[in-house]
Order: sequence, then structure tokens, then C-alpha cells
Amino acid sequence: MNSQVITDSMNKDFVLAVEGLTVSFDGFKAVNDLSFYVDENEIRVIIGPNGAGKTTVLDLICGRTKATTGSIRFKERELTRMKEHEIVRAGVGRKFQNPSIYEDLTVFENLEISYPKGRSVPGALTFRRDRAVKERVQEVAETIFLADQLDQRAEYLSHGQKQWLEIGMLLIQDPELLMLDEPVAGMSVSERKKTAELLNTIIKNRSVIVIEHDMKFVEDIAHKVTVLHQGKILSEGSMAKVQADPKVIEVYLGH
Amino acid sequence: MSKSSGRTFFLRPQDMIGIAILAFILLVVLPLALDNFRLQFVGKYLTYAFVALGLVLCWGYAGILSLGQGVFFGLGGYCMAMFLKLEASSVENTKIQTTPGIPDFMDWNQITALPWFWEPFKSFAFSTVAVVLVPAFFALILGFALFKRRVGGVYFAIITQALAAIMTILIIGQQGYTGGINGITDLRTLHGWDIRTDSAKTILYFVCVGLLLACILLAFYVKSSKLGRILVAMRDKEDRVRFSGYDVASFKIFVFCLAAALSGIGGAMFALQVGFMSPSFVGIVPSIEMVIYTAVGGRLSILGAIYGTLLVNWAKTSFSESFPELWLFGLGGLFIAVVLIFPNGIAGLWQSYIAPRLGPLFGGAARRTTPPAATPPAAPSSGTAAPAAAE
Repeated sequence: MNSQVITDSMNKDFVLAVEGLTVSFDGFKAVNDLSFYVDENEIRVIIGPNGAGKTTVLDLICGRTKATTGSIRFKERELTRMKEHEIVRAGVGRKFQNPSIYEDLTVFENLEISYPKGRSVPGALTFRRDRAVKERVQEVAETIFLADQLDQRAEYLSHGQKQWLEIGMLLIQDPELLMLDEPVAGMSVSERKKTAELLNTIIKNRSVIVIEHDMKFVEDIAHKVTVLHQGKILSEGSMAKVQADPKVIEVYLGH
Repeated sequence: MSKSSGRTFFLRPQDMIGIAILAFILLVVLPLALDNFRLQFVGKYLTYAFVALGLVLCWGYAGILSLGQGVFFGLGGYCMAMFLKLEASSVENTKIQTTPGIPDFMDWNQITALPWFWEPFKSFAFSTVAVVLVPAFFALILGFALFKRRVGGVYFAIITQALAAIMTILIIGQQGYTGGINGITDLRTLHGWDIRTDSAKTILYFVCVGLLLACILLAFYVKSSKLGRILVAMRDKEDRVRFSGYDVASFKIFVFCLAAALSGIGGAMFALQVGFMSPSFVGIVPSIEMVIYTAVGGRLSILGAIYGTLLVNWAKTSFSESFPELWLFGLGGLFIAVVLIFPNGIAGLWQSYIAPRLGPLFGGAARRTTPPAATPPAAPSSGTAAPAAAE
């Protein structure tokens, strides 16, 4: 998969096509004329120094930040004109950098809220916790190593468990494009290993964009790496190619 | 999966016990223990409890602090008062006026015909529906304007407070249409039934309690539905809810409208029981007082808010009988104490100190509030810890 060659930007097989994306905050271009394409079932890792615009790219895709110019097409739908919840319903899931879970609710309730049913006001009022929901929650809880903590309030979980819970909340959404912002940051060595294992099981049958600093981890999972620097692509390609790129070594990997 | 799989009915056993106790107190104990005069006071306090109930959902659960609930209480109250006033202003009753058949204050303000927006309030059915829908519609417009633009937190609170001030000024300024600062007074009958007699007031007290209990059940249903959990989730991590595919604004609008509708019912019961409605229940001061009732009772507890309302009002009445000038200081002090010492109000104190000791008595009623036995027991009193699961 590493040897795929991008021949034509109009190729319909891309799950995500970002073209000419620019966003400026008071004249500062956090992302500057960025174009990249993500294939079906591809795992793309975005790396780069702090302030390179990595998180901003995810914010733009999921609608949290509005693009100044450019387009983001997801399965032939233009995301830049859609609202956040519509983008989610179209099949894009996003994990935040800090574990973003509902501390006042139990693990079960956290997962249940992410279950893709009853998302409107009347739907939520009449939502029934039926067998399908319970089974799915149980299944996901087992995947994220929290099956015996379902009744636990989420605030009592460890940092690593909270990260897993948020990953689980995305998993239950079953997005076609999954975006993860530093999923192993702040984790212990053993948690990191378990997380890599977890990610390897959940990335099946979907495209994934990951932001990560941990190069060992990147090497383990990436199909293709995009290096961002000052809002632009510095280098793109396989891990080996990127690591050998003198420009990348200079601004990022060198120190 | 003991808890998550076990719940089939929206009321947990301890909720049913709690509602039964409240119903017993309101329907049996108070009517037997108090004379008619005092019971009417309780009836009046209970009309504020509707507002407090709405605030539990809106502020406690969803984290939307509205300092303008008096507006909705007033709208509901005025809707009912307009109907009653029209009935009291029959041609026969008002034959000494320049224009008979219109409310007295209109005549005093040289208005010679009933304004168009008063016309539909000749119908009792319309007025009853309006009691709920007018406040809810008003909240809908406000909610659309603010929540869709992501106005929240303290800005929302300030805007609602300004609204309460504007509403008061509007009502006072449009004396000929609204009765001005005196409000709509001298309400007499409901379909010919004199509501000023003691027996009528007793009946209205029971109607009020019945409606309140129905609204409590509704609040419990909303709380226990997935929507209730989404409200809590939104209060905590709004972005996570949004990026889980929910249109956050529509949930906020819903709960704000629900709180407004509940307040409207309270206002209407007020007009019926007390026999008048005036702008002094619409403004900033009553709106904030209603927030205090909720805070004292416990903003996360549906039943707590009812007790909080009764208690603060009882204290207000007794204190202002003996030391009228000290009451406001007392109220201010109480609010500070709630914020600093017991942030979850009376319900929080009950949960932390009394309920655990009553555990055996209530057959495990308190058990659910503590985490499963396998995990270390969590301190339920620590600040924000008590919320959702605590109730």
C-alpha cells in the first residue's frame, strides 16, 4: 500500500480530498494552500513541529474551524459548507487531543450517547436502551478494555482509560473516516502498547488520519506520512522516504 | 452490567418513594396541619416551584443559567389573568364605565375598544393553551437567536436578565393594555365559579399540587431519557456532544422551552390562586429569587428544588413578618452560603449525610449513588462530583 502513486486528483476512489485549503486567523495563515488525498482504508499520519497546523487541519475537516478558501471533499460531499453534526453523520469521527469524555456519566452512558441512534430531540426522548444497544456497548467496551467498568463514573478512570473510552465512543459511531489527535500522548509504556494494539483492530475497514509525535508509534501504524511545516506540506510519502528527506530532518526530525 | 441493563421504568425505586413522600406532605399533611390562610400561602409558594423545577432541568442539568425565568412565569400568569379579567369585565359588571365591557384599567386609560390581542383570551381553551405555548414560543425565539449563535454561559445569563428588565418596563409602560404597575387585579370568577372563596382556594390548592406532581413526573421522564443524559454531557463537554453528531443548539432550545412552559403553568396557577398578576413577578428580583430557591433546594435534584422553594418562601414569610428590613440580607447570606458551603443544596446534604444512614430503612435506596463495590467508594460530597448519578 505504501507504493500507491497519486496520478489524478479527480480520482473518485479517494475518501477524502483536500484541495487548496487555506485558513487565516487575522492574516496569519495557519494552513496555507494545503492539498492532500486519503485513500480508502489508508492510515495517514500527520507529523510536524508544534504550530505546523496539524490540529487545525483536523479542525477544518470536522467543521470546527471554517476554511478561508479551498475545498474538503469527503465521498464527493463538500464538507466546508456543512455543520459539525452533519459532518459527523456523514461519517467523519474525531478524537480530541485531551481525553474528551463525560465525567459525570458512567462508561456505559458515555458509549450509549455516541451510539448513532436517537440524535434528534424527539429521538433522544423516545430512545430505548434495547438489546442491540446493550450488545454493541458491551462489544465496544470489551475492545477498549473497559468491559468490567461499565457502571463506573468516567471521572474515576485513569488517563489512559479515558483515552480508550473516547476511542470507544468513536468506534461505536462507526465512522468511515476516523481522525485521532495524539492518541498515545501522556500514556505509560504499557498503555501505549495496548493502544497501538487497539488502534490496529479499529482501523480495519475505514480510513484514518492520525496526528502523532511518537515516531516509534508512527512507524508501527502509518501507511503514509505527511509532514507539515508552517501550514504547508514539507514532505509526503512512506515513512522511510520521509525520514530520509533532508528538509524533514532539518526542521523536525533532526532535533 | 447491573445498573445499565436493569432499568426498564423511568422512575427508580427511590424516586418513587421520594415522590410519594412529597405527595403525602402536600396532599395530606399540610392541608391537615395548616389553617386555610396558611395553606393558601403554601399554594402560592408552590407556583414558584414550577419555575424551580424548570430551572433544575435547564440550569442544573443542561448548565444554562437563565436569570429571566420571571418573564415566563409572568407570561403564563398574564395569559390566565387576561382570561379571568375579561370574564370579570362583563358589560353588567362594568356598566359605570365610559366603555362598558372592557377591563377597568383600559377604561381609565381612555381606551374605548378591546385591543385585538385581548380578543382570543375570551376563550378559556385558548387561554389554557396559551399559558403553556406563549412562554414556550417566546423561549423558542430567544433560544434560536442565542443558542444557534453559540451564546452561552454568563452572556446568556446577562441577556436573560436584561430581558426581565425590558419586560417589566414594557408592561409598566403600556398601562392601557397591561394594567401597568398595578397589574391585572380584581379577578373574580372562572366560568362563573367564584375563585375568591375559601373553598375555591382549597380546591385550587389541590389542582396546583396535582399539576405540580404531573410536572415532576414529566421532569423525571426527561431526566431519565437519553435526552437527560445528553444535557449532562453537554454541560460537561459541549464539543464532544457536537462531534458525536448532535445539534447541540436544538437540545438547548428544547430544555429552555420546557423550563419556560413549566414556569408559565406556575404563573397561571398563581393568577388563579392569588387573584391578580403584576409586573413585580416578572422582573430581575423575582427571577433571581427563583434561581435561589433552586440553588437552596439543590439544582441537580428535582424534588430538592420543590423543598427549597417551600423552605425559602416559608423563611421569607416568617422573617419578613418580624424583621422586614433584614430579610434581603438573610436571602443574600443564604445564597452565599449555598454557593460556598453546600453547592448541591439541601438535596446534596441529604445525599451525603442523611441518605447513607437511612440506607437500610429505604431498602437500598441510597445504594445506587455509590460506585459498585469493586471500586473504591467515591466521595460524593466533593464539589462537582455529586451531579448526574447523585440524584
